[in-house]
Amino acid sequence: MTTKKDDSISAMCTVAIGEAGETGDWRSLRPVINHAKCIPSIKKKSACFLCWLYCPEGVIKAAIPVEIDLDYCKGCGVCAEECPAKAITMVREGEDDE
Amino acid sequence: MSNVQIMTGNQAAAIGAKLSNVQVVAAYPITPQSQLAEIISQYIEGGELKAEYVRVEGEHSALTVCISASTVGARVFTATSANGLLYMHEQLHWAAGSRLPIVMCCVNRGVGAPWTIFNDQQDSISQRDTGWIQIYCRNNQEILDTIIQAYRIAEEVYAPVMVCYDGFVLSHTMMPVDIPDPEKARDFLPPYQAHTILSPEDPRTLNPVLFPNRRANSAGVLCDGYMEMRYKLQAALERSPAVIEETSRRFAEVFGRDHGGLSWGYRREDAELVMTGMGSVASEAMQAADILREEGIKAGVVGIRVFRPFPAKHLKEAFRGVKGIVIFEKGISYGYEGALCSDLKAAFYGSEHQVPVHSYIAGLGGRDVKARELADAARASWQEMQSGIAEKPTTWLNCYTG
Ligand code: SF4
Ligand code: SF4
Repeated sequence: MTTKKDDSISAMCTVAIGEAGETGDWRSLRPVINHAKCIPSIKKKSACFLCWLYCPEGVIKAAIPVEIDLDYCKGCGVCAEECPAKAITMVREGEDDE
Repeated sequence: MSNVQIMTGNQAAAIGAKLSNVQVVAAYPITPQSQLAEIISQYIEGGELKAEYVRVEGEHSALTVCISASTVGARVFTATSANGLLYMHEQLHWAAGSRLPIVMCCVNRGVGAPWTIFNDQQDSISQRDTGWIQIYCRNNQEILDTIIQAYRIAEEVYAPVMVCYDGFVLSHTMMPVDIPDPEKARDFLPPYQAHTILSPEDPRTLNPVLFPNRRANSAGVLCDGYMEMRYKLQAALERSPAVIEETSRRFAEVFGRDHGGLSWGYRREDAELVMTGMGSVASEAMQAADILREEGIKAGVVGIRVFRPFPAKHLKEAFRGVKGIVIFEKGISYGYEGALCSDLKAAFYGSEHQVPVHSYIAGLGGRDVKARELADAARASWQEMQSGIAEKPTTWLNCYTG
């Protein structure tokens, strides 16, 4: 990137994890995955990963098992809504998972 | 060698954009701007202007296209009027906040409701706080020349510029216009250098949400907060009068025409009564000054060319020594008074030069404003001022208010 004069004449940031701080602490609901219901976990191979596709924050890892980076997950619940296996439930922060 | 042709204000604006070698144009047609959009699309279609014309479904998108193209380094142009400009409102702020040197023509027209297609300046006046530089033109030559100047100003200051001219009164009226030599225009206007060149190797997220306070980014570098970014826009606009004046001076050197940087004067030197306004109403006032001079009143005109940034310091000089000011405005800040009137009075606040200011709202929705009517109003005010009436309520000129 080459710039003229003031380096930050307009607002911008580099593409980096955590540019805005650990936004996960804004969350009031937390997604919890039940791997016994999750399709890739059951099949032990890459399967639907719809949660990964739909997460607006890009904080879900398409791995087996599927992982959510709770440092940045904002708790929107889109993943829970889209999961065809109903493997994700939203739990109020500070309450028990089980 | 001069190349004088007879043309409308819209045609002059289109030639101004062509001579500025704009690369991307996105405009949505609206009366009285439509002819301008048509002529530019003909230039592009016919290969006379190597630019991309992006067709859009409305003005909000037109300005959004310009914002995007300007961000990646294209010189862009758009134009609109009235409700079209209001539809752009959100993106006007976005363009200025992103510090993009977009140039737009506002072909001034009254805003609805009630519906009108005719001229006043309520459209651009109501957008004065969006961070754009606003320049008001008084004839077709000035329109053409100001567009070329506007790119130079915008690209130096990194702020968008609105070139305003009165609908129909200028946009559809034929006048002789000297077309600058394209080579000279090219020399006057160096290629646009974007403030940030984006590249795939070093990507950036533009205009992310900023937090109230300054904070370190992921690399630990302290970054500006929202308030700092906004301060920078204000500071740039505060510095811009010097750039506008310098550009005007340089333009006069190269092309032999000086339209005044921040303001212009007519029979101003020994004038006691000075009429003022922006755009065509100010040029009409020149004739009114002649009428009053014949009657023995020492009248003159100060035409205000730049409304934002408001050149308060400069105008205090321009009105030095005058004994009365009469303002004619084609717009109003509803619930108070003409916006120019408020700003001008504020410029004199605390100074030793306290001068009576009478304000007239004139020519809304295309109502004709004749030089004779301006002279009558100024004469009446002059008599009142001399009998000690320094202030009076705003007068709606030639309007049935009974
Ligand atoms: S709750 Fe929202 S942000 Fe968090 S993982 Fe699910 S989709 Fe992503
Ligand atoms: S959408 Fe549901 S089933 Fe599919 S990977 Fe995500 S959690 Fe597993």
